[in-house]
Amino acid sequence: MSDTSLSARPQRLAFPPNWPARIGFTALALYVLYASTVVDITWARFLTGLEQGSRFLSRMFPPNTAADKLALLHSGMSESLQIAIIATAVGVLLSLPLGLAAARNLAPAPLAWASRGLIVAFRTFHPVIVAILFVKAVGFGALAGMLALVVASLGFLSKLIAEAVEEMSMKQVEAVRATGASFLAVVIMAVLPQVMARFIGFSAYQLDSNLRNSALVGLVGGGGIGATLFTAFQRFDYDFVLTIVLAIIGIVMVGEIVSGFMRRLFQ
Amino acid sequence: MTATSVTGPRQWHRFSLTERIMRSAFYLMALIAIVWSLRSIEIIPEFLYDAPQQTVDLFARMWPIDWAWYPKVVHAALLETLHIATLGTVLAVLIASLVALLVARNITRSAVLNGIGRFILVATRSVHAVVWALFFVAVFGPGALAGTLAIAVHSIGFTGKFLSEAIEEVKSGPIEALTAAGAPPLAILLKGYWPQVKPAFLAIAMFRWDINVRESAVLGLVGGGGLGMALDTAMSNLYWDQAGLVLFVIFVIVIAVEIVTAWIRGRMI
Repeated sequence: MSDTSLSARPQRLAFPPNWPARIGFTALALYVLYASTVVDITWARFLTGLEQGSRFLSRMFPPNTAADKLALLHSGMSESLQIAIIATAVGVLLSLPLGLAAARNLAPAPLAWASRGLIVAFRTFHPVIVAILFVKAVGFGALAGMLALVVASLGFLSKLIAEAVEEMSMKQVEAVRATGASFLAVVIMAVLPQVMARFIGFSAYQLDSNLRNSALVGLVGGGGIGATLFTAFQRFDYDFVLTIVLAIIGIVMVGEIVSGFMRRLFQ
Repeated sequence: MTATSVTGPRQWHRFSLTERIMRSAFYLMALIAIVWSLRSIEIIPEFLYDAPQQTVDLFARMWPIDWAWYPKVVHAALLETLHIATLGTVLAVLIASLVALLVARNITRSAVLNGIGRFILVATRSVHAVVWALFFVAVFGPGALAGTLAIAVHSIGFTGKFLSEAIEEVKSGPIEALTAAGAPPLAILLKGYWPQVKPAFLAIAMFRWDINVRESAVLGLVGGGGLGMALDTAMSNLYWDQAGLVLFVIFVIVIAVEIVTAWIRGRMI
């Protein structure tokens, strides 16, 4: 009696098949096949590309270190550095008021929503697109690239500051307000001490990201190393391209170390 | 003893002396860097005089937006951008999972292999997707293939970094149980590690997809296909009303993707 009921009980698997996951993965695989055919990604094209790629790589080695090229690299790189540093400084200065204006616990609601809308608009467009618009407005050169990165920094930093301010403790704000302090005093004595450490961390990250992007805005006329890189590509100076790319990687890595150090210093 | 320590008001400092010196030195360095940049950057003031007119002119040329262009070119370009972003993310996640296994110290117990994996992550991340696109356009010719590979390669660093961190945080209990039961390595990976990293894995893939939609919209400017290609065409022809349309479409799709990913994230948590 008990024996039959035991055997009748369905066998419990240690790992039962997970049908939703299986269906999900099959659907994803089917989508990948479909999308690849739609955008014309074929194996044959990939193979011809590989052949082309080996020729391309052989033309890149060894990296070009001729004196005139290094001078070009140096001037482009220092312009990129200047763009990144100024854009970060201006972005940091402007993002503080914008971030405070977007914090719903400090600013009146209409101001907060208007600031939020502005931040969303800043964040939506890629720095390259913003750079294109600025190149049209203020002409080719470092200024356009700088303004584009200022916009990108503002979008990123203001959003994080607004979030940090909304998460802070209101007790200190109330205590300072109770002494009859002005709004500016409340901000300096109660708000900034609570968000400053995080703010400097974000700024360090933004310096990092501006360094990376300053190599980019030059592609569309925003000055800096990006312009040098794009010219080298168009002139098929692939060995110089490799030099530039290696230099960019080096600068970005140094920037990461510096910003990591900065974050630890202000922890 | 106690009397001496009470004499004179005690000075309280929030930070130690070294901290204060380091911070002051840092502020000084930052100031020097900013002053150096401001003094040596080249800005042509003549270009600035007509900036307001140029800006007004730009928006005047964009308005009214050429809606009729959407069904002709932009719709296909939009779909291509979404395909590039999705295919690129799928490919990146596949490659990044392998690299993450190489980097995770609790799976690969060789410092050399960890180092190689870490180098792959840093190198792919440091070069921007647009620069990768320049490369792949030179190799594979202009089009979606170059764009997809650029997105995929650039995303490996970001995705792999977070995946390896998720793998390293796995609890060892289920792994030890499977090992004790004599499970082969692949089974341990699939039934011990995968269920634990799955939520993080999906969240990372989703987050990267969100970023990739943004990035793939500009890849076309260097020949990577998608909306950027349409934007480039419009601007080369000086049809700013068509460029305005593309910018509007990019704005809408980026916001829509952000809303979708936020909704999915809200449901997953």
